[in-house]
Amino acid sequence: MSHFLDRLTFFNRVVGEFSDGHGITTNEDRRWEDGYRKRWQHDKIVRSTHGANCTGSCSWKIYVKGGIVTWETQQTDYPRTRPELPNHEPRGCARGASYSWYLYSANRVKYPLIRSRLLKLWREARTLMTPVAAWASIVENPEKRKAYTSRRGHGGFVRATWDEVNEIIAAANAYTVKTYGPDRVIGFSPIPAMSMVSYAAGARYLSLMGGVCMSFYDWYCDLPPSSPQTWGEQTDVPESADWYNAGFLILWGSNVPQTRTPDAHFYTEVRYRGAKSVVICPDYSEASKFADMWVSVKQGTDSALALAMGHVILREFHVDRQVPYFKDYVKRYTDMPMLVRLVKQDGRLVPDRFVRASDVPGQLGETNNPEWKTLAFDETTGELVAPLGSVGFRWGEKGKWNLEAKRSDGSPVDLRLSLENAADSFEEVAFPYFGNIEHDHFASSDHGSVLERRVPVRKLALNDGEALVATVYDLFLANYGIDRFGGPNVAKSYDEDVPYTPAWAEKITGVPRDQIITVAREFARNAEKTNGRSMVIIGAAMNHWYHVDMNYRGVINMLVMCGCVGQSGGGWSHYVGQEKLRPQSGWAPLAFALDWGRPPRQQNSTSFWYAHTDQWRYETLDVKEILSPTAPAGPWDGAIIDYNIRAERMGWLPSAPQLKENPLTIAKRAEAAGLEPKDYVAKALKSGELTLSCEDPDDPKNWPRNLFVWRSNLLGSSGKGHEYFLKHLLGTSHGVLGKDLGPEGKRKAKEVVWHDEAPQGKLDLLVTLDFRMSTTCVYSDIVLPTATWYEKDDLNTSDMHPFIHPLTAAVDPVWESRTDWEIYKGLAKAFSEVAPEVLGLEKDVVLTPIMHDTPAEIAQALDVKDWKKGEVEPIPGKTMPQVTVVERDYPNLYKRFTSLGPLMEKAGNGGKGMAWDTKHEVELLKALNGVVTEEGPTKGLAKIETAIDACETLLMLAPETNGEVAVKAWEALSKATGREHAHLALPKEDEKIRFRDVVSQPRKIISSPIWSGLESEKVCYNAGYTNVHELIPWRTLTGRQQLYQDHLWMRAFGEGFCVYRPPVDLKTVKPIQGKVPNGEKEVVLNFITPHQKWGIHSTYSDNLLMLTLNRGGPVVWISENDARKAGIADNDWIELYNVNGAIAARAVVSQRVKDGMCLMYHAQEKIVNTPGSEITRQRGGIHNSVTRAVLKPTHMIGGYAQQSYGFNYYGTVGCNRDEFVIVRKMTKVDWLERPFEERGRATGPALQAAE
Amino acid sequence: MSTTLNHILFGWYPYLCLTTFLVGSLIRFDREQYTWKASSSQLLRRKQLMLGSVLFHVGILVIFAGHLVGLLTPIAVFDALGIGHGFKQGMAIVVGGIAGIACFLGLTLLVHRRLFDARIRATSSFSDTAILLILYVQLILGLSTIPLSLGHLDGEEMVKFMNWAQGVLFLQPGASAYVADVHPIFKAHLVLGMTIFLLFPFTRLVHVWSAPVWYLGRKGYQIVRTKKPVVRPAPVPVGVPARGRQLGQPVPQPAE
Repeated sequence: MSHFLDRLTFFNRVVGEFSDGHGITTNEDRRWEDGYRKRWQHDKIVRSTHGANCTGSCSWKIYVKGGIVTWETQQTDYPRTRPELPNHEPRGCARGASYSWYLYSANRVKYPLIRSRLLKLWREARTLMTPVAAWASIVENPEKRKAYTSRRGHGGFVRATWDEVNEIIAAANAYTVKTYGPDRVIGFSPIPAMSMVSYAAGARYLSLMGGVCMSFYDWYCDLPPSSPQTWGEQTDVPESADWYNAGFLILWGSNVPQTRTPDAHFYTEVRYRGAKSVVICPDYSEASKFADMWVSVKQGTDSALALAMGHVILREFHVDRQVPYFKDYVKRYTDMPMLVRLVKQDGRLVPDRFVRASDVPGQLGETNNPEWKTLAFDETTGELVAPLGSVGFRWGEKGKWNLEAKRSDGSPVDLRLSLENAADSFEEVAFPYFGNIEHDHFASSDHGSVLERRVPVRKLALNDGEALVATVYDLFLANYGIDRFGGPNVAKSYDEDVPYTPAWAEKITGVPRDQIITVAREFARNAEKTNGRSMVIIGAAMNHWYHVDMNYRGVINMLVMCGCVGQSGGGWSHYVGQEKLRPQSGWAPLAFALDWGRPPRQQNSTSFWYAHTDQWRYETLDVKEILSPTAPAGPWDGAIIDYNIRAERMGWLPSAPQLKENPLTIAKRAEAAGLEPKDYVAKALKSGELTLSCEDPDDPKNWPRNLFVWRSNLLGSSGKGHEYFLKHLLGTSHGVLGKDLGPEGKRKAKEVVWHDEAPQGKLDLLVTLDFRMSTTCVYSDIVLPTATWYEKDDLNTSDMHPFIHPLTAAVDPVWESRTDWEIYKGLAKAFSEVAPEVLGLEKDVVLTPIMHDTPAEIAQALDVKDWKKGEVEPIPGKTMPQVTVVERDYPNLYKRFTSLGPLMEKAGNGGKGMAWDTKHEVELLKALNGVVTEEGPTKGLAKIETAIDACETLLMLAPETNGEVAVKAWEALSKATGREHAHLALPKEDEKIRFRDVVSQPRKIISSPIWSGLESEKVCYNAGYTNVHELIPWRTLTGRQQLYQDHLWMRAFGEGFCVYRPPVDLKTVKPIQGKVPNGEKEVVLNFITPHQKWGIHSTYSDNLLMLTLNRGGPVVWISENDARKAGIADNDWIELYNVNGAIAARAVVSQRVKDGMCLMYHAQEKIVNTPGSEITRQRGGIHNSVTRAVLKPTHMIGGYAQQSYGFNYYGTVGCNRDEFVIVRKMTKVDWLERPFEERGRATGPALQAAE
Repeated sequence: MSTTLNHILFGWYPYLCLTTFLVGSLIRFDREQYTWKASSSQLLRRKQLMLGSVLFHVGILVIFAGHLVGLLTPIAVFDALGIGHGFKQGMAIVVGGIAGIACFLGLTLLVHRRLFDARIRATSSFSDTAILLILYVQLILGLSTIPLSLGHLDGEEMVKFMNWAQGVLFLQPGASAYVADVHPIFKAHLVLGMTIFLLFPFTRLVHVWSAPVWYLGRKGYQIVRTKKPVVRPAPVPVGVPARGRQLGQPVPQPAE
């Protein structure tokens, strides 16, 4: 009753004794214990997850108490695995466990925020004007526009109401669509798998408008282009449970315990099971301590190491002794038996393209796509054959696109790997060598630039005369420097210094040769004994280099030589980015509004940012530096951006904006000219009446005008060339220290228009949706408060496990925040109200590149021809981009947004080259979600009103979550392969996974032909499994794992076969070294930006709990020796700089780090504990302040089977590890805690000294 | 000073303070158990605390005991024991003076620490700082009465305070008159002293109530708090149902 009265029991408090009176029993009040009990009591538990791009995809219990989210713990109810395999749970890590801090933290965005200067201008204009006119009056007045754009990143936000900001954004969008075209409205949001409906919300809004969705996987440099090159697949990898099936595991540049924390247990468990593990990593990472052997390789030289290991494997398992399993595997599943033409060039024979059926008189009887059917010799008959499975069989005929060892007429073939015993002669064939390129910080050898090696060849009578041919197998072994037939540049012993022996690699990589030999031998021996259960877990450390393809192809070659790809417990485990959107083909119609209009506008980000942040104006990498010494004849001139422009022109890469002219006006022009829009565009481009935007990215007509950023921290994390973004895209204070090529007199670009004055501030409006005030928010014009991961309903999947599970709202969005779905729905509504001022029903002419997995992918078979140079006629979809007219109903955009459009019924659905009917699913959705009853264009269509409706829509349409669709999809594939596949899904035909199902428990997805692995009770998900076991071809030119890349540009840039290429010299240090002294000693170090321990990218890096676990602000790790050289002590403030900009951070001096490199965990927010740089006088800089994007021409290739464009599938990548920085101690730490006006010039005096 | 004001301050105010002190403590104890604590800052910084706290606590406990015994023991008791007023006054000055100086040194350390240690200052509530400063002022006032007391070593002034205190305690009307003519410093000391009682329930001083002195005389080294119904060793009549007998069974051992 009363604490006090209850205590007045002095005399009868003790009720007993024990232990001879040493212990007493009392009946004192025990209510105080309830306090501790209540600490862990709660009102409810809600299932959700964290939408960070970490691949974790862990299901969590979110605890709510008194309407407040209090904490979270790991869910432990995943469906169990099969016997003898450890379970998945518990999944989670310290970062996820700290997430609930964000909900009520000071860093939470609570209200819609807007730059005050912009709001004043708007209110002033809006009093007398309609919305679009008001917006026009602001952005068409340079002074008014500059008033707010020049202050981006310098504070000045005020609260506004949702109605007001929605109207401003809608007016800006409508103005931009009307004035410049919808392809000037850009949206950047990454990794749909994190929260697919939130992604879809923005993408649907933009796609209905005709706006552009930007790619991310390639921009993040998480995409390994070697995967599409080799397999025709973006990325497909084993789930982490499959690690447990491996016998030998190499962790190569992947720090599993740190960056794949919830999956790491499978790695420890398989070691208990007896698997051996080697960790290859320059620094002593957390993973290194798990290793049976730690191989400390010089960073950036991984391909040299892989080639040397490949050398050992080929020598011991393919030449000296032939392992039957390996031989059979490479014969059936790789392009190794295929024939390659050899051509004379500069007096030497060089490998040219694959021989095609069309090259042979009579075309071997192949009438359908003979140019796309590769050839080989049959071992038994010695005949030349066109084996089934090449891409020519995929399109235009049925039932022959499979990997059965047959030819068209059904007769069996046994392909000949080597011409050794059937050679007409042995010839010296030339291979390029790049390992002799000198670099200040990387070892080189003095071998010649062209290495000739002896190969057995056959003479073939082709249509254009007699030609020499060799198999890929023979060329491949010669490329590795294996001595089989004598001659130069090959090695008999591992100790010879010939590329690519272990002795050679020892000099390049710093790894002792005996380590190389041991690892290679054991890797292959295990694969031999287990039929391919050797696995390589591979990560960003290898992937983020300019010559990423060589690193990766070196490893892929090792795996393929040993028959590991497509085998349980084996293969290529590339875990960089949560790319696996398992219900992708059900989600795509929702996200890109394919139910209303096709195709959507999608853009590869790397090329886009490179052009529109004007990083191309500073390009120092000369094409000559990366060109192969054996490049076929050609001008190979110009600058890197020229190659991108050619690629866009030839329909290889997408463009945004597309045409200088507003695409809404093209249809009318075509009508006036009396032509189909498609023909008009081709004609007008040729005549010059229309021009492509890419040819002049700095013309105001071609600027991106409105940018939406959501679920992303573009400016605080992924924006390579951060300072260039600030300078040219945003037009605010920046830290760019170098000058562009104009004043430098180094201009090389030929195709692009050069403006002497580079634009600053291309964007009219930057809108960011976030739950926390990230760096991107700080630079935005409008910040919209979005729901956290505990406040919305959504779906989440990963490549690391086979489950689909939800985010659900534990509490309603707090303060004035809204879910992404509701925000974009609100914008759609505002837009529909505002748009009629200037827009109605419009015809939008959309240009798309030649897309992978469509019949058009076989566009440019034998040669590269540019219509602009008159080499060929511009034919849409063949020699130039595809042209399509899409109808936009701007006043009804909101209605379209909230209902499932009629195209799903009419045109069906599909993915990865398959198509199926969806009528039944649409019917079911109408019953499930209800139909629109309101009069208007959407009456009678299925509703997509709420985020849960959206979830149901994608779950219903996707084969992975609807067994009925899965069966239809497998049947669609059967038509192409001629083989029965539906058995893989038939047992689950009745299963339909709904939103409420995944809320109650994560569900395993259903096997679908969209992916190359299976979900079953017998095997773990493993990439390539159905290719090997169901004989479904890889989606490449040869239909097999393609180890030889024969496209003209691949050969020109020396990457036909895998070779060692040292990191490129970006020349960012010398121009500024010694120019801005502060009296401290300096060291030049390689700038390495791995994924961090205390955050997932930038998320959590501002979270108090995580900051408390580390040093609480930006840090850079350097080795003890380098620190000594520069006089740096642990925890000193140091500055890192080069011509791109500067970073201020604290030093962590550690033995962990290899000399010559520094590690800055990427994406540490500059909004936390970051002072100003002494040189730039700008706050801190982020890790990308010292980087600049640099493109690689081979990533631009298109219209060529697997090397055709796909969104996030192929394209230029944003690599950044070839970068070097100058590191020194700071003398003065300036926290810049004074008003903007007192800070002085945007670029300080230190910089002027440099000029 | 007008008689009215004197009566308000020394006639009525004591009852306001004592009532607030007792009732306030009771209410806080019953309603705000989680706030019933000393709020030690030892975890944040040990520096200065050990010496300061020990000196302060030893000093203040001696002074408190001196005041309690000195003021509330009936004069008749002293007389019976043969302790003269002058001797008592002298004892008060010497013992109180020594304890007062110890307390002063301790408080000075604590005040300095609380005000000038950034960490402590940042985590202090208003009441934490205020009560410390009030105690400091009160102590200084107390010490500054010593020279005055030296002026009348006969103890007559002291008797006034004893009469007043006992008068207040025994609800004697007009007790305020005893102290009507004492030196203003004494009056200030009295008023501030009563004010400390007034503020007591609203500050960390409540920990005084719960000082774990019981611990010195504890019976067992291990204490088990049972949740079982209290066993009353009431006589159990023969032949009652088993339920009654269960009550009389031995108290469970802790291992259960």
